[in-house]
Amino acid sequence: MTSNEIIKIVIIVAATLAKIGVIMTLTLGMVPILTWLERRGAAFIQDRLGPNRTSIFGIALFGLIQPIADAVKLIFKEDVQPRNADKFLFNFAPMLIVFGVLITFSVIPFGPDIVIELTGEDPKTITIPLQLADINAGMIFALAFSSFATYAILLGGWASNNKYSILGALRSSAQMISYEITMGLSLIGLFMMFKTVSINEIVIGQGQFLWGIVWQPVGFILFLVTAMIESNRVPFDMPEADSEIVAGFHTEYSSMKFAMYFMGEYAAMVVLSGLIVTLFLGGWQLPFVDITELVKNQYLCALLGFSIFFGKVLFFLWFFVWTRWTFPRFRFDQIMNLGWKILFPLGLVNLLVTALFVLLYWDKVESFFNNISFFAG
Amino acid sequence: MKRKIINISRPRQMTLWERAYLPEAVRGLYTTLRHVFMKKVTVEYPDEEMPIHENFRALHRLNTDDDGNLLCVACMLCATVCPANCITIVAGESDDPDIEKYPVSYDIDMGRCIFCGFCEEACPKAAIELTKNYRLADYDKSTFKYDKEQLSNTPITRRKKE
Repeated sequence: MTSNEIIKIVIIVAATLAKIGVIMTLTLGMVPILTWLERRGAAFIQDRLGPNRTSIFGIALFGLIQPIADAVKLIFKEDVQPRNADKFLFNFAPMLIVFGVLITFSVIPFGPDIVIELTGEDPKTITIPLQLADINAGMIFALAFSSFATYAILLGGWASNNKYSILGALRSSAQMISYEITMGLSLIGLFMMFKTVSINEIVIGQGQFLWGIVWQPVGFILFLVTAMIESNRVPFDMPEADSEIVAGFHTEYSSMKFAMYFMGEYAAMVVLSGLIVTLFLGGWQLPFVDITELVKNQYLCALLGFSIFFGKVLFFLWFFVWTRWTFPRFRFDQIMNLGWKILFPLGLVNLLVTALFVLLYWDKVESFFNNISFFAG
Repeated sequence: MKRKIINISRPRQMTLWERAYLPEAVRGLYTTLRHVFMKKVTVEYPDEEMPIHENFRALHRLNTDDDGNLLCVACMLCATVCPANCITIVAGESDDPDIEKYPVSYDIDMGRCIFCGFCEEACPKAAIELTKNYRLADYDKSTFKYDKEQLSNTPITRRKKE
């Protein structure tokens, strides 16, 4: 092995570790900030102030210290385990939910490529995409692993040996069947237009043409709604349903195991927001402006791309909180109705219309966008 | 038995626009977003306080004359009129020839007091008075017995009486 190759491997390993760090910070690190956003957002919507008094040496940071207090409290809580619970599954399920969420984020690109030049013989450059794994079936991977949370909920509810837990778990699986199909259907239109299921190529395609939301407004709404259902949050919080079945699947969970479900739920919000942004809102790109040409320094450009991505994700995180405190909860049968009688047919119609559009007009659209330099990526 | 028929007015049918859900959902989002920027109703208590009524009756004060002697003559009127039986006075003979008696001890059990203000009304010497100091919470029940010393040190916050 030449020294050049060794340097190459070192760079790739370092870049991968850095990307893992970024992903961990974005998902798990965002959880405390999200709990803060949730509580303060809820309070502000209800004309209250929310937690703002927790402070370290008098520094309160608008209540951002509160999540630390919450975390400390959760760590020191007693870890209760029901006597007749399935020991292995009971402990395994909370890990599964965090795993599923984290692995989904690995296919989401969060910035433009960085090209590192090497001195020496060929190949002289290494391209580092700001995406942990550029899988050519990325979107299918994301769909598969983003529904991992349902398995964790099902296992946890089943293993708890508690009637409320199993009810929550059953609801979760029934709910999953009714939204998952629509979630897939809402994306097929995009796949047909950009002729790929690789997430990175979809992002670049949105830069070349227009954002996914312009081509697929119905698909966007469908995906947004199904993402809200998937996140198990208040308008669609059937598996938890505090007002009906105690706390649903995590009734028996306490201490850090509960915290892991909690983290999984909030990290899932980040991942789903990331997916929405990547698929329908052009990922790290700005509309009408190519940031790779605007900013010549590629590191600054990567930073800019990342902040644009992060800003969009932040908006959707706020959107999740916002909708939670705006809409009343759906009843269980109402979710089934919504999923099967409204969203599913809508997805099919959208698919049909998109298919016709792609068949008849997409060539013209492609040549139109290739001819004007305005959008050229 | 004749049945009584009650007519209930049902809410009107929703229009198609409303049943489409999304436009109304957006309107709901707008409503909540407006509330984010509205004035908050929270009163951050230890830092700021709710305004209390000008005649708010709270902790008692035993008034003193210019020399710092209690005005109380231990006539027992307050202890007699008190509906909660929270005032305990032990009277003693005064050295002052002008005054017959003085309170050797004067205790009020704040745990029992209902802050009715009868003691104040009954007092012929205006020796006892209810002030506006309402922060009486404490960790220990035994601290609720206020003695002569504590009561005469109550800060003066005059109420506006009718």
